[in-house]
Amino acid sequence: MMRYLAASSAREAAEALAAEGGVTRVLAGGTDVLVQLKAGLVEPALVVDIKKIPGIADITPEAGGFRIGAAVPNAVLGEHAGVVALWPGVVEGANLIGSTQVQGRCTMIGNLCNASPAGDAVPGLVAANAVVRIEGPSGTRDCPVAEIPAGPGKTTLKKGEVITSVFVPARPKGASDAYLRFIPRTEMDIAVASAAVSLELNADGTVEAARVVLGAVAPTVVIAEEAGKVLVGSRLDDATLAKMAAACEAVCNPIDDKRGTVAFRTKTAGTLAKRAAVIAYSRAGGSK
Amino acid sequence: MAFDEYQKRDFKQVGTRVRRPDGVDKVTGRAMYGADATAPGMLVGRILRSPHAHARIKSIDTSAAEALKGVKAVLTGADLPVQDEDFIRDVQDNCMARNKALYDGHAVAAVAAVDAATARAALKLIKVDYEVLPHVTDVDVAIKPGAAVVQDGRTLENVPAGMSENLTSHCEFGHGDPEAGFARADKIIARSFRTAATHQGYIEPHAALANVTSDGKAELWCCTQGQFYVRTLCAAIMGMEASQLRVTASEIGGGFGGKTTVFIEPVALALSRKAGRPVKIVMTRDEVFRATGPTVHTSMDIRIGMTKDGKITAAEAHLRYSGGAFPCGTVDMGAQAAFAAYDLEHVRTYGWNVLTNRPKEAAYRAPGAPQAIYAVESVVDELCQHFGLDPIEVRLKNAAKKGTKSSYGPTFPDIGLVAILEAAKAHPHYSAPLAPGQGRGISCGFWFNFGGNSCVSMNINTDGTVGVTEGNPDIGGSRASISLMAAEELGIDYDRVRTIVADTSSLGYNDVTDGSRVTFAVGLATIKAARDAIRVMRGRAAKIWGIEEEAVDWKDGAAIPAGPNAGKFPPMTLAEIAAVSFETGGPIAGHHEVNVDGAGVSFGVHIVDVEVDKETGATKVLRYTVFQDAGKAVHPSYVEGQMQGGAVQGIGWALNEEYIYGADGRLQNPGFLDYRVPVASDLPMIDTVILEIPNPGHPYGVRGVGETGIVPPLAAISNAVSRSAGIRLSELPMSPPRVLRALGG
Amino acid sequence: MKSIPVSTTINGDPYEFLCAPDETLLDVLRNRLNLTGAKEGCGTGDCGACSVTLNGRLVCSCLVLGAEAEGAEIATIEGMADGDELHPLQRQFIDHAALQCGVCTPGILVAAKSLLERNPDPTDEEVRYWLAGNLCRCTGYDKIIRAVQAAAAEMRGA
Repeated sequence: MMRYLAASSAREAAEALAAEGGVTRVLAGGTDVLVQLKAGLVEPALVVDIKKIPGIADITPEAGGFRIGAAVPNAVLGEHAGVVALWPGVVEGANLIGSTQVQGRCTMIGNLCNASPAGDAVPGLVAANAVVRIEGPSGTRDCPVAEIPAGPGKTTLKKGEVITSVFVPARPKGASDAYLRFIPRTEMDIAVASAAVSLELNADGTVEAARVVLGAVAPTVVIAEEAGKVLVGSRLDDATLAKMAAACEAVCNPIDDKRGTVAFRTKTAGTLAKRAAVIAYSRAGGSK
Repeated sequence: MAFDEYQKRDFKQVGTRVRRPDGVDKVTGRAMYGADATAPGMLVGRILRSPHAHARIKSIDTSAAEALKGVKAVLTGADLPVQDEDFIRDVQDNCMARNKALYDGHAVAAVAAVDAATARAALKLIKVDYEVLPHVTDVDVAIKPGAAVVQDGRTLENVPAGMSENLTSHCEFGHGDPEAGFARADKIIARSFRTAATHQGYIEPHAALANVTSDGKAELWCCTQGQFYVRTLCAAIMGMEASQLRVTASEIGGGFGGKTTVFIEPVALALSRKAGRPVKIVMTRDEVFRATGPTVHTSMDIRIGMTKDGKITAAEAHLRYSGGAFPCGTVDMGAQAAFAAYDLEHVRTYGWNVLTNRPKEAAYRAPGAPQAIYAVESVVDELCQHFGLDPIEVRLKNAAKKGTKSSYGPTFPDIGLVAILEAAKAHPHYSAPLAPGQGRGISCGFWFNFGGNSCVSMNINTDGTVGVTEGNPDIGGSRASISLMAAEELGIDYDRVRTIVADTSSLGYNDVTDGSRVTFAVGLATIKAARDAIRVMRGRAAKIWGIEEEAVDWKDGAAIPAGPNAGKFPPMTLAEIAAVSFETGGPIAGHHEVNVDGAGVSFGVHIVDVEVDKETGATKVLRYTVFQDAGKAVHPSYVEGQMQGGAVQGIGWALNEEYIYGADGRLQNPGFLDYRVPVASDLPMIDTVILEIPNPGHPYGVRGVGETGIVPPLAAISNAVSRSAGIRLSELPMSPPRVLRALGG
Repeated sequence: MKSIPVSTTINGDPYEFLCAPDETLLDVLRNRLNLTGAKEGCGTGDCGACSVTLNGRLVCSCLVLGAEAEGAEIATIEGMADGDELHPLQRQFIDHAALQCGVCTPGILVAAKSLLERNPDPTDEEVRYWLAGNLCRCTGYDKIIRAVQAAAAEMRGA
């Protein structure tokens, strides 16, 4: 029978996870874990609830950016004016997950560790060059978010490791981001394709740096490096956007399934990247 | 006075928007739904389901499950009797497979245990030895020779060449000579369509609590649209007498036709009989999708000829429906309904039912009609586009009306279609400007409506209040409507009437809450029961006054002398008569039992504006107006609610809802995450226009209203998409990938 | 591990219960505490029929473990009316015919109350997005939106 442990420290959580020989799950918001339990997809021997760990539900300013605890519900994140102002695209991705009810519980780190290729919080974090802090049997380490997903349902985390926070860095003036996803309805669906775009502008309104990250079009999120490069130096004129969309389509490697086709996902990823880029550009103060 | 016939009258209560009697219970969480009941010593029942679309069950070893501590009963198909009659056998075999599993999710065994965890563990210990068989889940594949055969022995005699043994029935309707009609057309359009299976999607999963005692008596509590029909089916499956099985309908959390049959009820009874304790089974959502009711999925060919001034010269439909692994007659209803909105000289419809390895179809809101009418209304619209004609004008030109010989045979009495079309044409929505990229579509819809067996008792209490006992579960406010009609007829206030839904031991048989029948048929029986009670009360007044009963009339809730010759007596109210009833002959009650005819057919027209995102294929519904003939709207708010709810279910079918099967024959989306019913943010307000064209077959002119509303949205939206995006789709749902592909993306 | 003892507060009243480690708060409410107003429509957070608030946040009780209720403040539909006095939302739902079968109604009322506590004057679109996780198959949502707005207006004293 499953055991439930409400850990009182990250160390206790990591040690308990490391010591357990059977299947384990870390419980933050539970909006994926409980669904897996209900469906009988997993029968964990141990579930470690991390919400009682001091500070794990805090958002703390750090080096001009923010450290966001692993148990911060996305609804709380969305109410944090500082993070919203600095990384609006990261927050809008996090806030698209599930319903109002799910928002009251779900976390960005949970979304990352669930390792769905379609996780809405992940492209924005990767575009932001966010870094997670990990507590594990051999101590504490930091790791870029981009290096956590390893494939559908798989992460690079080692046995006993638990993510305790994610850090989103400071940004210069004239920078912003945006996230868009496509779903068949207006709410309550899993992304069929998604795109996060983070831009930094020069004083003249041209793009100085760009990161374009696509979701749900490959086994993990995809950093569309060429698409980002296409934007640099431009003011997002239509020709550049079309070229960027084509560059996005070129890196897509999606599947056909009940949620979408290869062709649809590929085309839509490019469309969303274009639209997200325009939003990010406008947020960063650019005008076409 | 002919009770069944409509008489014009000024209503005092009917037509007002009173508070429903179950409102407080339902907003406070106190209402008792299927899963909310418990019984002392209750066990938890759970069902093992086939993971295969089609498999022979070679053996089932239940010994390990039976040996597990806490398991009190294990059941397989072998525990149930062999049924001779096809219909009952199909129902039973769908509840628990015998010999073959016919679809992914088909029940193959069940357990009852002391708690859910033990029951789950027991299911894992049941070893089923399957011989996996070839399967077929698509109607167009299943109908072709060489397809996997779903069931032996159910094939239609004389299968036409080019069709397979999965064909179970054929039907044909119409009149005239279509080919002669087509010869007179200026344009003939022939198109093929497909529609996906959809689920009723009620929010409350099926639940049943059964208690069978060793003396052979049984109690069954369940969420159902018809407790009497549940009793009929369960008594047959269990080999019980009807008198020994009392079925009580819980409050019902939605049905839409899907709770008109049994799934878990006989299983709960059989487990309870075996265990000697009460057993409760509550389905999971996954089970609801895999093993209960979807609609048919269809493939259809439509051919319509029209003159350049918009007159339809001939029409023809070939419909291929599949209601899953068991024969069903839904295609007959589609074939009858397809052209009902049109007055046609030459019309013919053909229907075929085909078996596939999918769950057994259950009724769903106007069964069979939305699909066929979607196809017909799409082709009519395309002809309108071809000739540049106004789609409402064309429908008016061809509209069925009083005296029209319908395409399915009967000649229509007073019907409301022309009035509805005129109302739609005159409505501001129809002439409102559209922005670039937006499109407006319209469609007609039709449903037969139904009457059926109805039995009502009415008790006049000594304090002047009234209890109405009826036998149809209240799905959307019918107790309020029944109370309103009782109050109207008796001439007392609505607040003095309380209507309850009786169990099967407390009242005579009532047909299922289906076919939009309850407000019409139970309402009619209620009015007649009231007249019966009034007759008794007139007699009591006569006795008190010492005059003949015939000399007493009933007016405004009181007995009065019929005329000057009857004598001078002040009016004696219902309350006054009731107060002295023990001295005048005993309690006062009225009854009525009837198999009601005369349900008036129902038409509707919907107007919808949409905008298609041409880069993603997403369709946004911007504005929606429903026009429907309700006959007399007894409680207008709940009439509007039916129109709005039906429209939104239709929007779901049109845009996103579908059963998706994998190559392995397994259902890919058995949950609300990927079976996408509309959510609040998908929709605009749904405006409604109720037309009240009295049904001549009801004393108040009432028609059924529940089903017609789901019919028009499919074509209305497809027609609007065509005008928004310049593409004509022929497959539902119009999901974004499909739309984007049609746009060439 | 055997059952877990939990002390919690529901609708202002202290409750103690034992639950299995994998048992959801919804199952605890319904099966152990006889609070059956919250419904299980899906068990996977897709329908909202089991909505309650947990420490003031709207959640699906099917996606919360019973063990997580330790020390928490929970509010359910059973605590919404003040004795016999219905909450304005409850009254407006009846008056606007905003329920047909009523099985989604408890969850929608709990969710709507949570919205109006944060946003007393929402737009229709805000109501629709807030309630997007509460499926209603009967009404088409029209009358639900109107009832929420009527209650909001009443609560604002408008």
